[in-house]
Amino acid sequence: MNRALALAALALTVVAGVGAVAEKRSGYLDAGPQTRAMQDDDTANPAFLWVQRGETMWGERPAGADGRSCQDCHGDAAQAMRGVAARQPAWDAATARLMNLEQRIDRCREERQGQPRLPPESEGRLALAAFVGLQSRGLPMSVAVDGPAAAGHAWGKALFETRFGQLDLSCADCHDRQAGQRLAGNVIPQGHPNGYPIYRLEWQGMGSLSRRLRNCMTGIRAEPFAPGSPDALALELYLAGRARGLAVETPAVRP
Amino acid sequence: MLLSAPMPRAAAAEPVVPFRAAGDGIPAPLAGLAGDPARGRRIVADRQVGTCLLCHSGPIPEERFQGTIGPDLAGVGSRLTAAQIRLRIVDPRRLNPETIMPAYHSIAGRSRVGAAWQGRPILDAQQVEDAVAFLATLRDPS
Ligand code: HEC
Ligand code: HEC
Repeated sequence: MNRALALAALALTVVAGVGAVAEKRSGYLDAGPQTRAMQDDDTANPAFLWVQRGETMWGERPAGADGRSCQDCHGDAAQAMRGVAARQPAWDAATARLMNLEQRIDRCREERQGQPRLPPESEGRLALAAFVGLQSRGLPMSVAVDGPAAAGHAWGKALFETRFGQLDLSCADCHDRQAGQRLAGNVIPQGHPNGYPIYRLEWQGMGSLSRRLRNCMTGIRAEPFAPGSPDALALELYLAGRARGLAVETPAVRP
Repeated sequence: MLLSAPMPRAAAAEPVVPFRAAGDGIPAPLAGLAGDPARGRRIVADRQVGTCLLCHSGPIPEERFQGTIGPDLAGVGSRLTAAQIRLRIVDPRRLNPETIMPAYHSIAGRSRVGAAWQGRPILDAQQVEDAVAFLATLRDPS
């Protein structure tokens, strides 16, 4: 499984129009051997504490006469949720906007379970997202960037290429043009979102893609995009499209 | 547009001092200030102040983690004059509009700057002069 994951992570892609062959490379390959070993072994990967909690939450009925669990509506997560995370964020026709996995979980909680949303970066929210994400592990990232998602995708690309902050750097400056170089001690990865939520050693905890992007934005002394905002969703969609074909690694471990 | 925003009272002094470039350098020290190489070394080494070692390496052995994005700063004082170093720190976009190196003494053309850093250049005029004075001491051993 681990070897297969690493091989899938090395999927080659041809950069359209340029003719150059660029290797799409998961951040897994830029992490040190100890970090990779933690991710490779589910019993050593601290994120599995969250996965276990998420599995419990999947089966929990909210209080009340007809309170239904995730399981009651969806059934076995291994089947019902397989591939779901690989396609997020996706256009939601009902609300005519892009939604990511966490927002879909919010909607089920509010509309189908009559429960409040889980707060951003809360343990429960990360646990459910990690458990649902795990069901896509090993599948290729396969987000739709055409049709109704096309406008958000184009906007996300523009944001990725715009310089922000007092240090005046764009995502593309680091993740397209300087990937593989060292920024002080850290190897700059290509910046793919294929392992989220992740356990990050520097955080000594679990965090969402929003938290990772907030770190990059404050690193360049920029005002982060509000989590769940149209800008944030557009950027997440562009990142997911850029990572197409890479294997989902959720829950990944990063330095 | 950033420049026309009213400055808070505490930062009433002009955050960016005017300068005159000649060729590929700025011959006169900013605001006529004298730089101090020892202070400059601390500025260049500090990840939160100069941030230089995020991208560059340099002869600052106590800082273990150095970057590989820009050229090694060792010997830069032999390759470049103080005037040339000054322009490369103040606003390297004047030499290469695409450069990834930030303009350290400019606030022009920035967007979404975080509240704590708005209207302020990365380094003030004195800090720029200190960094220039330090880099000018980095001579090739030969
Ligand atoms: C100055 C360089 C720099 C800029 C600018 C930058 N990043 Fe990053 N980014 C990094 C580094 C370095 C890491 C690796 C994490 C670490 O160890 O700090 C990273 C990590 C990431 C990751 C996680 C990759 C993984 O494998 O888990 C994503 C996603 C990402 N960045 C996206 C972005 C986006 C989107 C932007 C713009 C809003 C951005 N970054 C701006 C340097 C940068
Ligand atoms: C985000 C990356 C980055 C940061 C931060 C950065 N630089 Fe640079 N620097 C570069 C790059 C890249 C070049 C190469 C020329 C170019 O692309 O403009 C360069 C070039 C230079 C040069 C010219 C070197 C030569 O041999 O020609 C000097 C001097 C310099 N930088 C000093 C500094 C100092 C001092 C700081 C901090 C106060 C700093 N740099 C911060 C990326 C950076």
